Amino acid sequence: MKKGASVTLTIDGKEVRAKTGMTILEAARKAGIYIPTLCHNDKLEPYGACRICTVEVSRNKKTRLVTACVYPAEDGLIVKTDTPRVIEIRKMLLELMLASSPSKMIEDLARRYGVTKSRFEADRTNCILCGQCVRYCNEVKGANAIGFVGRGTERRVVFFPEIASTVCASCRECFSLCPTGKLPSETDGVSFTDLTLEDYLGADRRSV
Amino acid sequence: MAKLKTLADLTQKRQGILSKRAEKRYVAINSSGTCGLSSGSDKVFQALGEEIGKQGLSGQVEVRATGCLGFCENSPIVMIFPESICYTKVKPEDVPEIVDQTLVGGKLVERLLYQGENGKRIAREGDIPFYKHQSRIVFGNNRLIDPKSIEDYIALGGYSALAKALVEMSPEGVLDTVKKANLRGRGGGGFPAGTKWETTRNAPGKTKYVIVNADEGDPGAYMDRSLLEGNPHSVLEGLIIGAYAIGAHEGYVYVRQEYPLAVENLTIALNQARQYGLLGRNILGSGFSFEVTIHRGAGAFVSGESSALMNAIEGRVGEPRPKYIRTAVSGVREKPSNLNNVETWANVPLIIDRGADWFTGIGTKGSKGTKIFSLVGKVNNTGLVEVPMGMTLRRIIYDIGGGIKQGKKFKAVQTGGPSGGVLPESLLDLPVDFDQLAEAGSMMGSGGMIVMDEDSCMVDVARYFLDFLSGESCGKCVPCREGIRQMLRILNRICEGEGKSGDIGLLEELSAVVRDSSLCALGQTAPNPVLSTIKYFREEYIAHIEQKRCPAGVCKALVSYYIVPDKCQACQICARECPVSAISGGKNLVHVIDQGKCTKCGTCIEVCPSKFDAVVKLSGKPVPAAPPPGTEVTRSRGKKR
Repeated sequence: MKKGASVTLTIDGKEVRAKTGMTILEAARKAGIYIPTLCHNDKLEPYGACRICTVEVSRNKKTRLVTACVYPAEDGLIVKTDTPRVIEIRKMLLELMLASSPSKMIEDLARRYGVTKSRFEADRTNCILCGQCVRYCNEVKGANAIGFVGRGTERRVVFFPEIASTVCASCRECFSLCPTGKLPSETDGVSFTDLTLEDYLGADRRSV
Repeated sequence: MAKLKTLADLTQKRQGILSKRAEKRYVAINSSGTCGLSSGSDKVFQALGEEIGKQGLSGQVEVRATGCLGFCENSPIVMIFPESICYTKVKPEDVPEIVDQTLVGGKLVERLLYQGENGKRIAREGDIPFYKHQSRIVFGNNRLIDPKSIEDYIALGGYSALAKALVEMSPEGVLDTVKKANLRGRGGGGFPAGTKWETTRNAPGKTKYVIVNADEGDPGAYMDRSLLEGNPHSVLEGLIIGAYAIGAHEGYVYVRQEYPLAVENLTIALNQARQYGLLGRNILGSGFSFEVTIHRGAGAFVSGESSALMNAIEGRVGEPRPKYIRTAVSGVREKPSNLNNVETWANVPLIIDRGADWFTGIGTKGSKGTKIFSLVGKVNNTGLVEVPMGMTLRRIIYDIGGGIKQGKKFKAVQTGGPSGGVLPESLLDLPVDFDQLAEAGSMMGSGGMIVMDEDSCMVDVARYFLDFLSGESCGKCVPCREGIRQMLRILNRICEGEGKSGDIGLLEELSAVVRDSSLCALGQTAPNPVLSTIKYFREEYIAHIEQKRCPAGVCKALVSYYIVPDKCQACQICARECPVSAISGGKNLVHVIDQGKCTKCGTCIEVCPSKFDAVVKLSGKPVPAAPPPGTEVTRSRGKKR
């Protein structure tokens, strides 16, 4: 289908018109339907990491769970943003994030879903790895001063010293994007000139 | 070497090779496989060459270093053709006798033959139970081929399927044949290859890619490595045929850096195929051109996921893409890219050569052909086995695998690697195919099959796989990264004796969310080891949590070692061997383990002479009080135990 052509989909029983190339999230927002997000940022490419925007889509009687921030708005698609399964998933994801990164934003969202405490042991990283800082630096600023290192449960965010030392002090634009507030709090007062790769965000996790 | 320009050239070439070899017999040795080399078969190979030269047989006997023969347990193996005599566990010093007795004298060296049940020696490869029950249509040629020689492959009819496809068939005809054969992907998901090919073929865009997924990473699985090392041309031939059907002119082999021999043999194979005109421009004069690049991966398990693999080929981090678009439509550089696993590609020439009907005659209703498994763990005959789809687990483990080591009791078999599940004894008669395994809560995966006996703890097994995944997940999405982190924490607690009631329910609840909301197949299947062990061995979880007991005696925190006072004979061996000096007791005195010092390494139980059997492992019950210091032993001499 041609990009920009009009499509009609149903979100929570409401007919919504959208254009091809739009995501479910964009179509929902346009229609005033709330879907929570944490890693999404309008200025950045869809990323699909926090999975909190998971919704149920049906087509030809087949139902599946997808992330609204990535899944394209298709003609005839039936989207449900708050089925019991969707809510269960969001609650569990919030419990997981509360155990690792209990920030105000995440606590507020958790409360919205009736989650006030996590059944999981606290394992503080204070970073949900939404990657907004990394992606903003790459996609918008083209600076690549911050990035991911490590894999699996060891994945973390670092400033790359060679670049960060020259560009970060005068920019700091990524700070306001951080959903956990870790970025501004941990880099507060940091002169980016003496960073090393060991000064990764969340370096405190072993001591917690 | 002049390029082969027509089908007739290829046929003539093959006849030339065969007539040159007609007079020779040959000796095959599994020397060039990684496992063969590690068991010293290169030295056997060298000794054979020297001895044959010494005896003046060089003109009549050819020694061929082949790839893996699958029977790891008995490596190095020397096979003598055309009789298919199979000598096992051969050492260089055995070589003169083999040459003298068998090659010159025509007699068997009995002591080197495989010893079957009742100690009976078996001479021929095909009569050995391990081989007898297999159907090695894909893997069998490994024993006939020096992987570094394209002539060996051509001599066996190699590249005739490619010639048939290019000369006699249209791309659509090839596609139809593969679809009709219902070849399903051997890498994990079991997706129909023909359907995938068709998707890529029909996807818009002129540039298309075909890719071999050789990022085999399941713990204990090595069938793809052995195929790529031992018969690289079969994979390449399948890839070229696929490219022709799909309309691709460029291909990649994504192979992990940890497989240097596979890369070496494949590189040689590509160069030879180019020299022979079987790869490159205008293959066999058909007008079809195709090139292949080897891309070496940096050993990330997640890079075996199709979109992560595409990223890796582009030079990016091997992380899955979040988009809901198949790589068959938008893969490498957003071009349609058809990815199949090594074993899937190796099946293609056979299907083209022998036809879809032949292929669908093997296997079950939904799963056709054969599957190669790495049969490992507590089974007598470890190795690579190829069986028709639908063979039961029992036949694979007992008839081919020879049953459980040391006569112990079978407990479970783990199939499908970290994404798979654990199946109990009650499912031993399950026919092994894609659908049956999935229904039982496991999966075919790429074909790992780990057999476990009564000494394996199922909670510990789940913990092992989750620990593997916690380091191999890319860490991008929350459910996979944080979900695995927390599942592993809970499992660790249970194994440490700190399990709480409600842990099982929480694991189940969390598993369902990780399965349903993770970004890629790694996360979506990561809970399988947990869910399947809970499903089939829930009582073991309960024993750990409620009784603080590890039924298999594996979880260190839940076991204690104790010396039974009236069995101890004060031989002092355990006290001497204990690495932390936790055992006290001198001459004639009952030995006592200081529970505070004991690190539960189990050395005492291993070294205690079996005629005494004084050390016991306890779990879930308190250690009895030690006898008062100075208690003398009760002599058992003369007593019948």
